[in-house]
Parts: sequence; C-alpha cells; structure tokens
Amino acid sequence: MFKIVSKRPLNEAKTVVEFVIDAPLVARKAKPGQFIIFRIDEYGERVPVTIAASDPKKGTVTIMVQPVGKSTKMLNTMEPGDCLADFVGPLGRPTNMEGLKKVCVIGGGVGNAIAYPVAKGMHDRGIQVDMIAGFRSKDIVILEEEMRAGTDHLYITTDDGSYGEAGFNVTKLQALLDAGEQYDEIMCVGPTRMMQRVCEATKPYGVKTIASMNPIMLDGTGMCGACRLTVGGETKFACVDGPEFDGHLVDWDGIIQRGAYYAQEEKEAAEHICRITGGVREHG
Amino acid sequence: MANMRMDKNPMPEQEPLVRNKNFDEVALGYTAEMAIDEAKRCLNCRRPACVEGCPVNVHIPQFIAKVAEGDFDGAYGVITSTNSLPAICGRVCPQETQCEGRCVRGIKGESVGIGRLERFVADYHMTDGHKDGPPKLPEPNGHKIAVVGSGPAGLTCAGDLARKGYDVTVFEAFHKAGGVLVYGIPEFRLPKAIVAKEIAKLEYFGVKIVTDAVIGRAESVDELFEQGFEAVFIGSGAGLPQFLRIPGENLLGVFSANEILTRTNLMKAYLPEYDTPIRLGRRVAIVGGGNVAMDAARCAKRLGAEEVYVIYRRSMEELPARKEEVEHAQAEEIIFKLLNNPVEIVGDETGHVTGIKVIKMELGEPDASGRRRPVEVPGSEYVIDVDAVIVAIGTSPNPLILSTTPGLEATKKGGIVADEATGATSRAGVFAGGDAVTGAATVIKAMGAGKVAAAGIDQYIMGK
Repeated sequence: MFKIVSKRPLNEAKTVVEFVIDAPLVARKAKPGQFIIFRIDEYGERVPVTIAASDPKKGTVTIMVQPVGKSTKMLNTMEPGDCLADFVGPLGRPTNMEGLKKVCVIGGGVGNAIAYPVAKGMHDRGIQVDMIAGFRSKDIVILEEEMRAGTDHLYITTDDGSYGEAGFNVTKLQALLDAGEQYDEIMCVGPTRMMQRVCEATKPYGVKTIASMNPIMLDGTGMCGACRLTVGGETKFACVDGPEFDGHLVDWDGIIQRGAYYAQEEKEAAEHICRITGGVREHG
Repeated sequence: MANMRMDKNPMPEQEPLVRNKNFDEVALGYTAEMAIDEAKRCLNCRRPACVEGCPVNVHIPQFIAKVAEGDFDGAYGVITSTNSLPAICGRVCPQETQCEGRCVRGIKGESVGIGRLERFVADYHMTDGHKDGPPKLPEPNGHKIAVVGSGPAGLTCAGDLARKGYDVTVFEAFHKAGGVLVYGIPEFRLPKAIVAKEIAKLEYFGVKIVTDAVIGRAESVDELFEQGFEAVFIGSGAGLPQFLRIPGENLLGVFSANEILTRTNLMKAYLPEYDTPIRLGRRVAIVGGGNVAMDAARCAKRLGAEEVYVIYRRSMEELPARKEEVEHAQAEEIIFKLLNNPVEIVGDETGHVTGIKVIKMELGEPDASGRRRPVEVPGSEYVIDVDAVIVAIGTSPNPLILSTTPGLEATKKGGIVADEATGATSRAGVFAGGDAVTGAATVIKAMGAGKVAAAGIDQYIMGK
C-alpha cells in the first residue's frame, strides 16, 4: 500500500491536483521524463502518470493529476493518510539531456505539470531553458512560481488573453523562432493536437523536436502493445521505447485515432461515478 | 489387476454452449472413483518412458500407484518431491507431447490420463489433504537469493530453493504474483484461486513476494547483489508482442493477444465491478495457432462475440496448441480458418477494423522446422468481415534486464544466454530460465528451466 502524504490543488479552478505519495523504491531512481502506474484499489485500472518530482531522502514521489476520468476523479476523492493499492515505477526512459546547451520546453494545460520537471531537470544540469507555458485561461494556470524559478525565461500564454500573453503557446514559439532564437532542442508536452502543431511549426526551422507521448497503456513494462505508435515508419512501444519520441517522425493522425478508442467507455464510467463514496468503494 | 480399457476416463466438463458464455473452469476434475479407476490403467512399466517426457521428472508410475491404492496424500508427496506446482501442471501442460505422448497404453488405445490424475491429486490435497499436518519446514541456511519474475520459471526456482532452506525473495513487476499464470492463462482454464493457493504454499516455505517491483528500473541486478543477495535468477518472461507487419495493423480494434488476455484475466475486465474496459465487437479474428491464440479466441467468445475465427497459415496437423484446447475451442463454436494467411487488415473511414483480408495457402515441401512450408495460392485473396483482430503470433524477450545488466550475454533473438544444464549466464551468480531465455514456450518448459536453475544456484552457493 502506498500512502498519500499530501494533496493540494495547483490552481483556483482545481483542474490539476498535486499528490505526494510515499513510495521509497520509486523515489530512489526516478528521473525527469519517467512515469509511474497507480491503481486505486483491487477494482481499479492501471493508470500511467508522469513523475513530477521525487525526494529520495523522504522516499516520496510527486504526481500531478487532472481529475477527468473515473480513476483520476476517484483519486481526487482520496485524502492524505489514504492509501493507493499500487504505485509502480519508475517506468519508461528518462529524458535525454546529453549534449544540450539551450532548450525550449513548451507545455499545454496540464502538460505543463509534466513539462516543468523536465525543464527544471535540464536547468539543474546547467542547460539554458526557455519555457512557454500555455493555458486556456487564467484560472487554470499552474506552477507559475516553480516554473519561473526553474527556468531561464518563462513565457505564459492564455488562449483567451486573461493572463500573460494572449494567444496559443505555439504562436509564441513561432515568434521566438522567427526572432532568431536558436535552440538545440524543443521539447513539447500537452494535448496531442498541440504537440502535433508544435512539431509542424518547428519542422521548417530544422530544430529537433521531442514530444512526450501519453497513449493508452495497460502494463507499462513492454508486454501488451496497447501503447504502440508509429515513429519513422516503425512500430514503437511508448512504455519502453518512450515516452519521448522525435516529434517530426511521429505518425500523429494514428495517435489521435488510437487515443479515442475507449472514449465511449470512459464517458460512461465517468458518468457512473456516483458509485464512489469518499474514495472507498462499496460492493454489495 | 490392471484396468485394460482402451480409453481414458472422460473428464467431466461444463457443456460447451453453456461454458462459452461464462468464465468458470471448463474441466471439472475427476471424482475419487474415476481417479482410482484411471490409475489402474497404468501398467507401472519397469522403464517408464513417461518420466523422461516430463520436464520436471515427476515420478509418474509411483504417484499413480498411490492413487490406485487410494492414498492420495501419498501420491501428493511423490509429485511434490519434484514438482512445486502440480495443480497448475495438471491443467496446462501439453501432456500429449510429454508424459502421455510416451505412455505405452497410447500405442493401441489412449494413454493413461496422467495430467488429469495429477490435477486430481493436487486438488484433493488443497481441499481434503494435510491429514499429517502441515509439511515440515527446512532448516534456514542463511543464503539470500533474488528471483526476478513470479511466473512459472521464477516460482519453481523459488519453491525448490526455499525447500532447501534458502531465503528467497521474488520480485514481480505487476500488482499480482503469478506471471503468465494470472495475466495470460484464462480463469476457465486455470482458476486464479488455484494459482493463489500454490503461491501461498511457497510463502509457507518462506518465499517472500514483492509486487510492483520492476527490476531493471526500480532496482538493477547489480543493486540486488549490493543488497546482499548472493545469486539472482532471471525469469522475467517474454515481453514485446510481435505484430504481423501488414497494412492496417494500427487500425482501431487491432490488439495483441497479451493486451486482450491481460485486460481479461489480470484486470478482470469481464466483471462489471472492475474498471478496466474491453471492447471487441460482434465478430473477432485471432491470428495464430498456439495456446495463446486458443485462449484469446475463447475469451473473445465469452466476452460476447458471436463469430470468432482462428486464422492459421498451416493445417490442423501443424497447429501448435495443446490438443485439448483445440477440441474445447471447436466445441465452443470457434471457427477455424486453416491454411489462410492474413495480408491486410481493412478498416472504414473512421479508422475502425471492418475485416481481415487473407490469402489461401497450400502445404509444400518441409521447411527448416520439419513442418511442410505453407505456400500462397495466387489470386485466392478474400476478406473475412470482422470488428476486431487479435494478433497471437508470439513475443520477443523483454529487453529491460539485458539493457540494464552489464556483462549479460544475449542471443541473436534477444534472449539471455543460459547454460541448459545449470541455468548459469555469462555473469557469475546470475542465472536465467523460461521465456526470457528461450522466447515464448510453455509453462512446463519454464518450470523445468526454473528447476534446473535452482539446482545450479544451490551448486554455485555451496561451492563458493
């Protein structure tokens, strides 16, 4: 069992919630870019979530979750002191930082929760990091202070102009590239469509662009093939070959189709969340 | 006096058209009377060929003699002196190519039902056994051994070592121990309660099981040595599912058998109280002819598919699945499309599977495997309308351990190189066995390898 040490919402709208979990084995090895899989209880799904931070001394791992589906909503009903049945990791390959001097990290919405630890990890290693954090509106902005402290330049954009610069994050990136900013690499994390747009925008500039993929996953250890995607014409497994891939080689249309396979089941499950009572399930 | 009837006592089973709608066990097991009657068919040969056919060398005539006498506890003692997991073997071993395939009674009639008797004895022991009290625990010898993977290879290795007094810890990546026995083989063929009981027995002998532990990520093999483990057995199994490399393979509704079996068996997607979703549709095609293909086909039927096809490029004679599984599948109205090879998976404009295009095959000259090579019949392509395709054509070894353990030699196919006689790898103190070495094989072969490695580890530690 893995105890929830603390929990806090990361914005006023409470669209993203941070959980610190007691998981010493995972904490010892976790590196930026890797993920964990949690399971609420015996009946729960295996849910993959990127590691936001880890503290090997305290033995804790931080995850940031957007409560949108049944499992994440159930997680959100749990409180410090409650336990998750399973919390396994670290899984996937860590972010490659070798040979990088200057990088732009671009996140969209809750993707910033994943982009931030990568940006900070790079910054901690002396890599110059510009970060563009895009949000729909002011009320869902997360981690502003942390991102500002953990990068060299932080640009916040909101689609509706209610905070930071008005417009999409990808528009800001385009502006930076047009203004002559040179990056060894651009790293994007966010909704699939956003990452696809970033990759399309950077292609003409010939800047290597890495996308952090989050496909449907089941075991997370390279056994089931549910997370497969086509990269450069080859079938890859996000859980063991990724989750980060060269965004210019990724077959984006295929990913968008695959990601929606259980949309109907997810919708129905989320609607039936009335079964949940304070994080504890009742079974007759 | 031996029972000279030609046929085996038939196995009581659920009716095919009832069982193909539920996940309860298909085969119901012998009664004591049936078991004694069947045991009397054994001639107790002076040179028992059956034992040579068994990868873990169960003393078959001896245990069967005990069954014939009605001494079921005694029979259990004989079996478990060489086999740690009899309730599992009795259910899933391909007896027809092993023990029963060598049985002299099989020359003129049917072989003795060795697998059925083994199952009977193990099940009897679980419910009515232990008359002499719990078995004696071995004297601890103070040596710590790590086992990576809790499938048949790992559990067998752990069980054998624990019985010798070793302090054994098994690391499992999933949330539940058992490996392929829990995520792969369906409930209707191997009830998970049986697997749990066999594992509990190992725990009784002192085996510790740590779940949610991905060795190679959370801890490396080298770190296990640093923690004081004196030897490490790697039984991490086969990993990456192979796909067909034909057009349409990434359409919605194309799955690996591993995915469907894991959703069904480990995550219990067929039970409404479990959250993991599964959706296959009305018509499902399975590509492949092994046990995994049979399991996937029979799961698909039970999940509500009306038409389930098994597409296999050779003929029934070459089909590698256990005979009983094929017969069960046929009785459950699984449709076999033999001598058919997929060339394309076809879909609609939304990206969903609508069919699988296959080409007819005929058998030509024998190939390297000794089986007649299937050859395409030109112009014979046609489309079978289906809503989902499950690919069950095998797996490649999981690269996680090899890529994180310096000094481990790999085979061309990505397996770990291990000595067949001892399980020893190219690194001192590291042993390996099962699918991680051979690529996808059978439960009993993995158990055999686990057993060999347990002896190899014992020799290694005692010789230090």
